Amino acid sequence: MRITVNGVCTDVPEGTTAEGLVEIVGMDPSRVAVEVDGDICPRARRGETVLKEGQTVEIVGFVGGG
Amino acid sequence: MTDELVIGGHRFNSRFILGSGKFSLDVTRSVIENGGVGMATLAVRRAHSKDSSNILDSMPEGIVLLPNTSGARNAEEAVRIARLARELGCGDFVKIEIIRDSKYLMPDNCETIRAVRMLADEGFIPMPYMMPDLTAARSMADAGAAAIMPLGAPIGSNKGLLTRDFVKILVEEIDLPVIVDAGIGRPSQACEAMELGCAAVMANTAVATAGDIPAMARAFKLAIEAGRLAYLSGPGRVIEGRAEASSPLTGFLRE
Repeated sequence: MRITVNGVCTDVPEGTTAEGLVEIVGMDPSRVAVEVDGDICPRARRGETVLKEGQTVEIVGFVGGG
Repeated sequence: MTDELVIGGHRFNSRFILGSGKFSLDVTRSVIENGGVGMATLAVRRAHSKDSSNILDSMPEGIVLLPNTSGARNAEEAVRIARLARELGCGDFVKIEIIRDSKYLMPDNCETIRAVRMLADEGFIPMPYMMPDLTAARSMADAGAAAIMPLGAPIGSNKGLLTRDFVKILVEEIDLPVIVDAGIGRPSQACEAMELGCAAVMANTAVATAGDIPAMARAFKLAIEAGRLAYLSGPGRVIEGRAEASSPLTGFLRE
């Protein structure tokens, strides 16, 4: 299925969870926050949050900034 | 005598807030240590793969992190960024930064007041970056700001405390810590802000664009401490239109 991850259209297997997606894109799960269709997906619920076709996911972290 | 800075119930021994942008990650820790920094800002952005090093690895134990809402153009976007920052797990502080002007990077005080209220209602500790305007500052205090962060000059300009008289009004009228944020380019300017009675100074570009970055961080620490001590001491008076001798007024070898 296709979802949008950080602005990029991405193919992932059916049934991919938010936790699985972080793994697939190669990010450190302890250092990111995940938002699905504009709502925070809390860390504790990433494993049970199954993504759906067409959803928009943002995966963000801290960077240097004033 | 302890002279702690209290923001949102948290106690700080340092009055130097560092913006963590524009540094290479390997120098960040030494800047924080040399500057005796108690609080450092961070930005939230899309993450990249885990092979890139993370800014959090450069943050020493015990430093308080102050995520900003940079990139937000209105209150709703600021709230969205603040929620993501909190989900990243570094506490409830948030520096609200709402900017729609891409040339001068002037903060939008009206949207910022709205964001302060929304974020305070969600349990955040809001520290709004603002144009130093008394009416807006009062509204931010009423909305639940924990401190206010008026600009000294445009972000990244190193031009100093151009808003001096207006910041002074805020110090006198607003019963919250007033922290000059943006534009401070030299330790002497940080010292001046502290002499006025500001509670702390935030700097980023001034340090990041210095020749010897850790040494400049230490210079800021000393200047901020000197300015604070001068403020607490009560600066001497100014006289106009005449001089006043410091030596005895009697002539040498004459009465």
